[in-house]
Amino acid sequence: MNKKENFQWIGKSWTQVGGLAKAKGETVYADDIFLPRMLYAKMLGSPHAHALIKSIDVSPALERPGVIAAITGKDLPVPYGILPVSQDETALCVDKVRMVGDPVAAVAAIDEETAEAALEDIVVEYEPLPSILSIEEGLAEEKVQIHQYAAQGNIHKKVALEFGDTESGFSQADHLREELFYYEGSTHLPLEQHSAVAQLGSNNRLTLWSSTQTPHYVHRTLSKVLEMPASRIRVIATPVGGGFGGKTDPFQHEIVVCKLAMLSGRPVKLTLTREEVFYTHRGRHPVLMWVRAGIKSDGSITALHFRNFLDGGAYGSYGVASTFYTGALQTVTYPIANYKFEAMRVFTNKAPCGPKRGHGTPQPRFALEVLLDKFSEDLGVNPAELRLRHLVPSNSKTVNHLTVTTNGLDECIRKVTLASKFGMKRKNMLPEKGIGLACSSYLSGAGLPIYWNKMPHSGVQIKIDRGGGVTVFCGSVDIGQGSDSILAGIVAEELGIHLQHVIIVTADTDLTPVDLGSYSSRVTLMTGNAAIEAVKPLREQILSAASEVLKIEVEDLTIKNDKISLKDGSRELTTFVEAVQWAETKYGTLGSVGSYTPPRHGGDYKGSGVGPSPNYSYSACVAEVSCDSESGWYSVDKIWIAHDIGQAINEKLVIGQVEGSVYMGLGEAMMEEQVYRPGKSDIGGLHKNPSMLDYKSPTSLDMPEIETILVETNDPEGPYGAKEAGQGPLLPIMPAIANAIYNAVGVRVDEVPITPEKIYKGLQNIKSAKKAKNGEIGRIGPTKFPDVVFPEPVYVEPPQ
Amino acid sequence: MLYFRNLFMWNLHSEKLTLTDISMLRLPPFEYYSPESIPEAVALKARFGNDAMYAAGGTDLYPNMKRRQYTPQYLIGLHELKELNSIDFDNGMTIGSGIPLNEVANHPEIQKLYPALANAASLVSAPQLRNVGTIGGNLCLDTRCTYYNQTYPWRKALGFCLKKDGDICWVARSSPVCLAVSSSDCAPVAVALNAEYRLAGRNGQKIIAAENFYLNDGIDYLNKTHDELLVSIYIPSHEGWLMSYNKMRRRDSIDFPVLSVATALSLDKAGVCTSARIVLGAVASCPQRALEAEKILTGEKLSAEIIETSAQTAAKLAKPMDNTDMTLGFRKKMVSGFVKDAINDALE
Repeated sequence: MNKKENFQWIGKSWTQVGGLAKAKGETVYADDIFLPRMLYAKMLGSPHAHALIKSIDVSPALERPGVIAAITGKDLPVPYGILPVSQDETALCVDKVRMVGDPVAAVAAIDEETAEAALEDIVVEYEPLPSILSIEEGLAEEKVQIHQYAAQGNIHKKVALEFGDTESGFSQADHLREELFYYEGSTHLPLEQHSAVAQLGSNNRLTLWSSTQTPHYVHRTLSKVLEMPASRIRVIATPVGGGFGGKTDPFQHEIVVCKLAMLSGRPVKLTLTREEVFYTHRGRHPVLMWVRAGIKSDGSITALHFRNFLDGGAYGSYGVASTFYTGALQTVTYPIANYKFEAMRVFTNKAPCGPKRGHGTPQPRFALEVLLDKFSEDLGVNPAELRLRHLVPSNSKTVNHLTVTTNGLDECIRKVTLASKFGMKRKNMLPEKGIGLACSSYLSGAGLPIYWNKMPHSGVQIKIDRGGGVTVFCGSVDIGQGSDSILAGIVAEELGIHLQHVIIVTADTDLTPVDLGSYSSRVTLMTGNAAIEAVKPLREQILSAASEVLKIEVEDLTIKNDKISLKDGSRELTTFVEAVQWAETKYGTLGSVGSYTPPRHGGDYKGSGVGPSPNYSYSACVAEVSCDSESGWYSVDKIWIAHDIGQAINEKLVIGQVEGSVYMGLGEAMMEEQVYRPGKSDIGGLHKNPSMLDYKSPTSLDMPEIETILVETNDPEGPYGAKEAGQGPLLPIMPAIANAIYNAVGVRVDEVPITPEKIYKGLQNIKSAKKAKNGEIGRIGPTKFPDVVFPEPVYVEPPQ
Repeated sequence: MLYFRNLFMWNLHSEKLTLTDISMLRLPPFEYYSPESIPEAVALKARFGNDAMYAAGGTDLYPNMKRRQYTPQYLIGLHELKELNSIDFDNGMTIGSGIPLNEVANHPEIQKLYPALANAASLVSAPQLRNVGTIGGNLCLDTRCTYYNQTYPWRKALGFCLKKDGDICWVARSSPVCLAVSSSDCAPVAVALNAEYRLAGRNGQKIIAAENFYLNDGIDYLNKTHDELLVSIYIPSHEGWLMSYNKMRRRDSIDFPVLSVATALSLDKAGVCTSARIVLGAVASCPQRALEAEKILTGEKLSAEIIETSAQTAAKLAKPMDNTDMTLGFRKKMVSGFVKDAINDALE
């Protein structure tokens, strides 16, 4: 509708909706909710990594003064899980525990101290089972199964796909490389712990307030597990103090507070401790990767073959989707003529992995971008030049049938290398300084919902009050990324009014139409498109009523700055409020709806559901590091990152998302490890560092300077041309740092995190071997890969 | 004397008691006393014995209470003890144990006279905690271990350890003693600067050299009786001395040391080292004086070669265990380079 330069809000930087309230402490998070007669709940976690529950006796807890209710797995036996194919969780363990911290019982008491003390009263008898704590153990152990529904032994899922003919692709290559990479697991570390409050009203309706990214999926799960019609359950997502994918599953504590509220007849709150958040997890899968790649001497990729093992942890969660994601998006940056992807996800007795910012794609992206750095050295070509030569063109299909509408990577690479003086610095770098480049791509929303249906992914409802207030209802959740601001900005833009007249009501299943939730970077694109569809008819009604009253052709009218005015800008005719009243007079109550369903963009082979998206964002990153060539200590001095955002809706929020991604990427690159103590019995399976002091993640004081460059490609699928910003910019950080470290001291670290210890070891290896060729002598990374037979791949013909 | 009995005490510094009900790891119940004189404080401690603990800044105490490393029935707050809050530069420096770390770090006189101490204080934890945490608290900091600094359910799942509630050392299962690590930043500097601590106990006051105050035992790591309170620290004049404190840790923003080195060197006009003190932190349950390494420097001009020999000798002292952040092999390998850097930093 608008020409870009005429935008009132789009592309500008305005204060985040709700931002000031957060800064001033007004925002009511889930844990801030206090209801009359409210009880406090606590869950008792398993001390064993793997054990049968022989008996549980909660009656001693119930005898403690102040304890009102206590439940076990028998009270909530219905299994659930976010994916229809992985219904393998229960709110409290029924007959076995699968990880340390797995909750087996819960109590509600008059205060938190009493609840906590009552946990000690509960008597549980366990029969320990052998624990499975690594990918290798999971592959080897056939008899002791963590889940009986696994594809085989403890292999949760096997995937094998081949696009084109990889063998013939490899035979056409001038250079071949076979590499092993390992990507350690990490957790989301949101500042706000998960928290939920439930209340059963005397109208027999259940309300759950929860810090969740996906109220709709929680709603469905509660209905299933509590065996209540969804119409009697209301789920309200409270403002989320950080999610990053860690609040996208339905969780035990959410179900437990509901059950305890129903049993006690009183509101019940449960806030997880920080330690419990580490056990709840659903974070980055540790992935062991074997990659074979062939390129021609011009750098074009003739064939690529990935074999991935994912350490899934104790439950399915999003794991099947994660498994596919470790193979789906390698193809959308550089054309790959033939592509084969095989993967297995293994159950282990550790906290379940799931979706963390980038969901399944940072691990293979790390491998691919480090691999390209090695190839650029093989060919003697600048790594930027190598990438620029071969980019997936706009309006094309990838080998695995993904539709790329626009690809801004060319501009991203050019701008980021220019800003960082990449070419010059690579030639003339000071000793112990290094510079590295990496690129990436991510989807703007999954093309398919979690459960199979053909309904819209996002719905928006708008009503306009005759006082001029415009209320927007949408199921989406603002998790700090600014989705409320996107809704407000788009509606204000379309109606030509100030943001202060737009009221946002979100994430309440009683009040708002379904939006699938804040995950997979889908919200700006999907709710944005739904909002545009909803607001357009209202704009038309207002203008048409104004035209009738003012006796001016509707084509000559517009709304801008809260006024109805002539389109040529020569005259303001009336106020927005008056025009709204004319419209209500003419049409009755002003309201409208809009919805969005993504286009069918993927292929139609089995497994094609993961990867398609309306559009893809692109990022290019340059990292500059200083590394001590004696000790291996290093610092990241500066990050330059260019991101193809399509079109920024709110520029400052986009930059915020990019910078947040850089922070999270730095943590994964440099230090973060969700790791467990090894050992079969006594200490095996205990999380090593479940606290914010001991789980190392950068603080604000550790952040380097970041220079963010936004590239706009004006994508046809996004609202005003927009793409995602929340996840993609994380992806190139880790490989850019790995490549920079190699550039600085000649040590290839083919795994994350890249710690000083590892670099030191690489430096020692180089010293003892005298010379390093292609970094192989100074290489640190996995050296063994399990010898496991993958199933025959599903063969898919590449698109014409 | 102020006296509370409340489970929800949160802000001990504010005039009124603030009740907050934000969910978190809960403090165990305790009674809080706020004596107004040292004798009163010591008398309370003597009366309650091991059921009581002194509370200064509380930045280490309260988190540990929440995780049940300590479950004192009584806390004896030190905020009202004015004697703990003075600094005096008469013939050296006498500094009260209640001075906040940020004040130590930013005090212009301390920066000038004892730069290593100001630097060490500035490197403790994070800015907010340095506003509250005290020098006395840091000097008496509990030893740390990755098996010990965990929540109650975590330690219970593992089986309790030697230091708290159990009878096994998980770091080295055959070890008869606890191997928890001295993690104070100020303690190695205090030892290097020949500091003396004034302790007040039920039998009056006494003075003990910093070097003798620390014991290489993760449980009984302080050479004092339970009632004794660290009142003040005296550091003799070090006019003309060169000194440094270097700290290794993963994040410079907040972490405890996994290795630290304090040095104090005196050179004559010809550049010959007349006296040297080198103390390693975070390599044992107490600060370790590198006596042999000091001897190598003493009486010598500090050439690169001498410094290197001294540093390598100091490194032999370090026997890190696998109970802090970062791998023990790496921490051991880093010591000689780190000592070398610390000596060179002092000489700069």
